Amino acid sequence: MKLFRIFQSVFAEALEIMHSLSLHEIKKGLRNKKFSSVELTRCFLDRIKKYNHLNAFITICPELAMQSAIRSDAKIADGEVRELEGVPLAIKDLFLTKGIRTTAGSKMLENFIPPYESTVTKRLLEAGTVFLGKTNMDEFAMGSANITSYYGSVINPWSKDKKLVPGGSSGGSAAAVAGHLCVAATGSDTGGSVRQPAAFSGIVGLKPTYGRCSRYGMVAFASSLDQPGPMTKTVRDAAILLKIIAGYDENDSTSIQEAILDFETFVGKSIKGLKIGIPREYRIDGMSEEVVRFWEKGAKLLEEAGAEIIDISLPYTKYALPAYYIIASAEVSSNLSRYDGVRYGFRANGASLNEMYENTRALGFGDEVKRRILVGTYVLSAGYYEAYYVKALKVQKLIRNDFIRAFENIDLLLTPTAPTSAFAFGEEPIDPTTMYLNDIFTVTVNIAGLPGISVPIGLDSQGRPIGLQLIAPHFREDLLIQAGSALEEAANFLALKEITQ
Amino acid sequence: MNYIETSTGKWEVVIGLEVHAQIISTTKLFSAASTKFGDTPNENVTFLDAALPGTLPTINSFCVDQAIKTGLGLNGTVNSASFFDRKNYFYADLPLGYQITQFYHPLISGGYVEINADSGETKKVHLDHIHIEQDAGKSIHDMSPVKSFIDLNRSGIGLMEIVTKPDLRSSTEAAAFLRKLRSILRYLKTCDGNMDEGSLRADVNISVHRPGTKYGTRTEIKNVNSIKFLTIAVNFEVERQIAILESGDDVKQETRLFDSSTGKTKAMRSKENSHDYRYFPEPDLPPLQLDPARVAAIQKTIPELPDAKMQRLQRDYGLSHYDASLLASEKELADYYERALHGFESDKGLAKILANWIIGELFALLNRHDKTIEQSEISPERLRELASLIETNVISGKIAKDILEIMWETQKSPLQIVEENDWRQITSDDEIRKHIREVLADYVDKVVEYKGGKYKLFGFFIGQAMKKTQGKANPQTLNDILKELLDA
Repeated sequence: MKLFRIFQSVFAEALEIMHSLSLHEIKKGLRNKKFSSVELTRCFLDRIKKYNHLNAFITICPELAMQSAIRSDAKIADGEVRELEGVPLAIKDLFLTKGIRTTAGSKMLENFIPPYESTVTKRLLEAGTVFLGKTNMDEFAMGSANITSYYGSVINPWSKDKKLVPGGSSGGSAAAVAGHLCVAATGSDTGGSVRQPAAFSGIVGLKPTYGRCSRYGMVAFASSLDQPGPMTKTVRDAAILLKIIAGYDENDSTSIQEAILDFETFVGKSIKGLKIGIPREYRIDGMSEEVVRFWEKGAKLLEEAGAEIIDISLPYTKYALPAYYIIASAEVSSNLSRYDGVRYGFRANGASLNEMYENTRALGFGDEVKRRILVGTYVLSAGYYEAYYVKALKVQKLIRNDFIRAFENIDLLLTPTAPTSAFAFGEEPIDPTTMYLNDIFTVTVNIAGLPGISVPIGLDSQGRPIGLQLIAPHFREDLLIQAGSALEEAANFLALKEITQ
Repeated sequence: MNYIETSTGKWEVVIGLEVHAQIISTTKLFSAASTKFGDTPNENVTFLDAALPGTLPTINSFCVDQAIKTGLGLNGTVNSASFFDRKNYFYADLPLGYQITQFYHPLISGGYVEINADSGETKKVHLDHIHIEQDAGKSIHDMSPVKSFIDLNRSGIGLMEIVTKPDLRSSTEAAAFLRKLRSILRYLKTCDGNMDEGSLRADVNISVHRPGTKYGTRTEIKNVNSIKFLTIAVNFEVERQIAILESGDDVKQETRLFDSSTGKTKAMRSKENSHDYRYFPEPDLPPLQLDPARVAAIQKTIPELPDAKMQRLQRDYGLSHYDASLLASEKELADYYERALHGFESDKGLAKILANWIIGELFALLNRHDKTIEQSEISPERLRELASLIETNVISGKIAKDILEIMWETQKSPLQIVEENDWRQITSDDEIRKHIREVLADYVDKVVEYKGGKYKLFGFFIGQAMKKTQGKANPQTLNDILKELLDA
């Protein structure tokens, strides 16, 4: 009887903290049968329900999740354990999931149930993961605060007295991971949509090299910049997820045949002798003093761990943001043309074909999406194409060369992920161009097609998380994991304990 | 120079064509859907063809090979790197809201097609470029008074757009160009050229100006889908433009539609209302990089093309320009001819007879039965046997026509048919003389009339003698002997 009670209490304790475990720990726990996938899944589903006010999910799939968990438990019992057997994940709602509604945060796809599975989620399903649901996001991934979603804003779980934004566009995924509503989540990053919300929410977000992961089955924002990426509690977890989702896909002509390393083996590897550059152009006006302080702290921590810190210059940095908004908007204006009410998605009636188009798109898209379609249409118009789009492509080339030149002398770059920590609702910048400044440190990485990771470094004086970004040369995600884990360990950032608001 | 002359003076016509040729391929340019014509609407549609979110194009390398082959066959330069672009516009049968095409850097640059110009000389019609692009679906507006229907079977099928320089000077030259182009594409087996199924269609740019002055304002006629319509449309448009200019007005730059029922063109949209297609590089597709070895391997698969074949037929078999160009116009026809002649290549007489019989009697038979040369019931070898019988005077040409009909129906050899019907030609002078004598004896009165100057009775005697021989008399011998006997 006594023994039973001890057992019960240990068990209860395991159940109690299970939701805050890392992916790595959950994996171990499942294999060692410390808890079952069904218990885990139920725990997360309960938490999603309990913290429903965060609005992290657009669609929750309790039945499907429980069915997968039961199947995974059976497999574990049979000893047929796949890489991530029974691990409950949250999926950003722009990955097409067969049979599960996929909205991309838009009214346009409110009732869209995909007939096929995206490559990223297919790989995750084949690894044995359980999908809890689809996370909230800025409409069509356009936004830096998750306030453009048709399904309402997401609340940052770190909010205390004031409601904070979680960052965007993968704000739902960031909130779900930070609030322990799932083990880990997928995000997508076009200009910072994985890294910036990761920084705002005190978690890890990794954007892989362009072409590292397949975009097939991801609702497109800007095709030449989009990359899926993991959003996790630890750098190790990011490494584990990246290995599953990376790799060439014949369905995506822009994905690249490149050896996939066992990224996890780079966790904890010494960074002694690594040269880490600090780009001086990333010190911009309007940047929070606290962010600067943490940036310096990060450099110091890496130095103490054996890295060499080098001051470098990336002269074209200041042109990155305008170039990014021209290229991304141009692609958006074309990529979103398919939402015309003819074949699927939302349709508003009209007396003629043109009127149907106009009504459908006027009512189906939100303001931010419309704004970018307009900008994109404008920059591609006859007479403006050369002045805007062609020039932006030239800037893109220059920025790429900036990085390539820098990487001749250094291994990695260290920058802040965003100029500020999370802001409160109502305190967000009113004009869109100031809002776009949030992406200033992250867009350069997308423009150059490089991999980048955001690692939480600490809390500012208001108790809001701050993240630092590491940038590596093309296909050197191993370096991100290596240096990222060193930074993580040195910073000793403590994850959110419990959601208070 | 071929000018059009009116009461006010001379006009020169300038024409350039943009030909859309559907690539022969079992699957679409960027998806694995079938390209079969005439299937149930929306049967051959993948998620990409319907532009579902998240779908991405992947290039069909066979279509690229076909376009390279076409470029080489049309004397163009294959660019080692070409790029895809998006042409943006909204229409219900364009699911993506853009067409994937090659606007800035096409697959093939330059090239030319040789035609017989109005002057009678050979003329090179230069090509600007050839690019590959995807076709749109079809909108069907006549099935319901209030609804339109969309069929996406054609959506995404690979096209080659073959763009000429403004080198054509008349409707006949434009027609000659399109005919020659179609013939070459069929030789290459890269486009079936079936204009009635829309596999080959042309946009026609036309302007007129006074000789020695700069080119006039052009109009573009969209989607002309037969060579006959091309001629009619150009003639109408040239007349229309001349009438406008002669009345002192200006031709408006605009896109026009050809109405085949009236033979007229009508305005579709003006330049002010023309689309701004907002072309930009397709970010979902990497550059199309070509290994020189791939191009070289394709070069090796290019067959002898119509011009070379025509010249060879003239040179080797002594055929006339007319016969040779007719036989060379279709590869299958030339193949049929050469198979028939196989083993007898040095026999110029036989070569001529065979050419005549294919172009004349066999064509008529094929037309009557609505068959192509490949579906002919008469094999090339059998036709040669017939031609040999004619050449060696075993049968007369007249009887040969009957034999050909029987060959078509029974597949018997011509010799067997001759034997069974006792149709061997009578060539013996004595036998023919005997028959003529009988005829002359039967019609003494007519002989008298003939000798009195009614010479046209000669034909009457020939007819009667033929009848007596059941048409088997050698006509030349019969002619000679009759003359000899009458004039004696």
